[in-house]
Amino acid sequence: MTEARYDRAPGDRPTREMQASAPSPLFVYTTGLFLAVLLTATSFWAANTSLLWTGGVALGLAVLAIAQMGVHLVFFLHITTGPESTNNVLALAFGVLIVFVVVAGTMWIMVDMNQNMMMPSPAPMSTQMQR
Amino acid sequence: MNISVAIDSVPQDALPSASEAGPAPKRVVVAFGFWIFLLSDIVMFAALFASYAVLVHATAGGPTGAQLFNQKTVAIETACLLASSYTCGLMSLAINSRRYFRTYLAALITFALGAAFLTLEIREFANMIAIGATPERSAFLSAFFTLVGCHGLHVTLGLIWLTVMMVQVAVMGLDATVQRRLLCFALFWHALDIVWVGVFTVVYLMGVSL
Repeated sequence: MTEARYDRAPGDRPTREMQASAPSPLFVYTTGLFLAVLLTATSFWAANTSLLWTGGVALGLAVLAIAQMGVHLVFFLHITTGPESTNNVLALAFGVLIVFVVVAGTMWIMVDMNQNMMMPSPAPMSTQMQR
Repeated sequence: MNISVAIDSVPQDALPSASEAGPAPKRVVVAFGFWIFLLSDIVMFAALFASYAVLVHATAGGPTGAQLFNQKTVAIETACLLASSYTCGLMSLAINSRRYFRTYLAALITFALGAAFLTLEIREFANMIAIGATPERSAFLSAFFTLVGCHGLHVTLGLIWLTVMMVQVAVMGLDATVQRRLLCFALFWHALDIVWVGVFTVVYLMGVSL
């Protein structure tokens, strides 16, 4: 029993022993590049076109960016759902959670504070309250 | 019961799970530790993104993003960084198959594309500062230069690291230590590209169109 089922290093591809049907590595990188170019081009198009409803463009750009980050993770960093990659995925999930808390929490609190701020008045205090 | 008999009775195809297999190889441990560092680096970028999103409208009467940003430059910068991420992947393949010439070639292209990205970014910053859009002009510009400048600083460090690694490949060859360091470099370079996806979407595209 010389072999053992170790975790896989992040960034390493599944070896042929782990997964007999693994596609050629060059094909994986090229697919990733193709998808990333497609998503980037769509982002630049969506930001400049007048065809789309402007209110939805920001949400669309966010979705495209998150999709492209996923493409980079899967095709360039080779993050998979396999059991030998569980530790990498768990660390990533924790990182994503913290990123979400920091970004969403900051924006929530700051928007709330801006809305509750007193209107500028002629009193001497007002100079401190203007942004 | 005789122990050797007991071991022989274990089916050979049932490999032990990761937790039963003993210490993982150093390559796995090092790369996982670097993965944790990268995630903490991304958390730091998240804080910079959050402060940018809060301050994006605090222009204090100064220039706004729509007046300052040139989408053509950003598109070329994005293309450079994406292509260099791809060639960095090709470099990893050359390293794994121990092909020295391909490793050097892919590293050279990766370095050139990264340097082109950096040149465009520095020129963009210089143009902005020349027309008075300096970091001290408004809170928006402070947040902009902190976020985008921090990413540019990471790219600079990556280029220095790549140069050092190529010297190590030339001097030490592709031994296990150098291969581990190159794996960490590849992780770092791909992670920078992921951060750039956020930068060009949040800063440039949303800043120009909205």
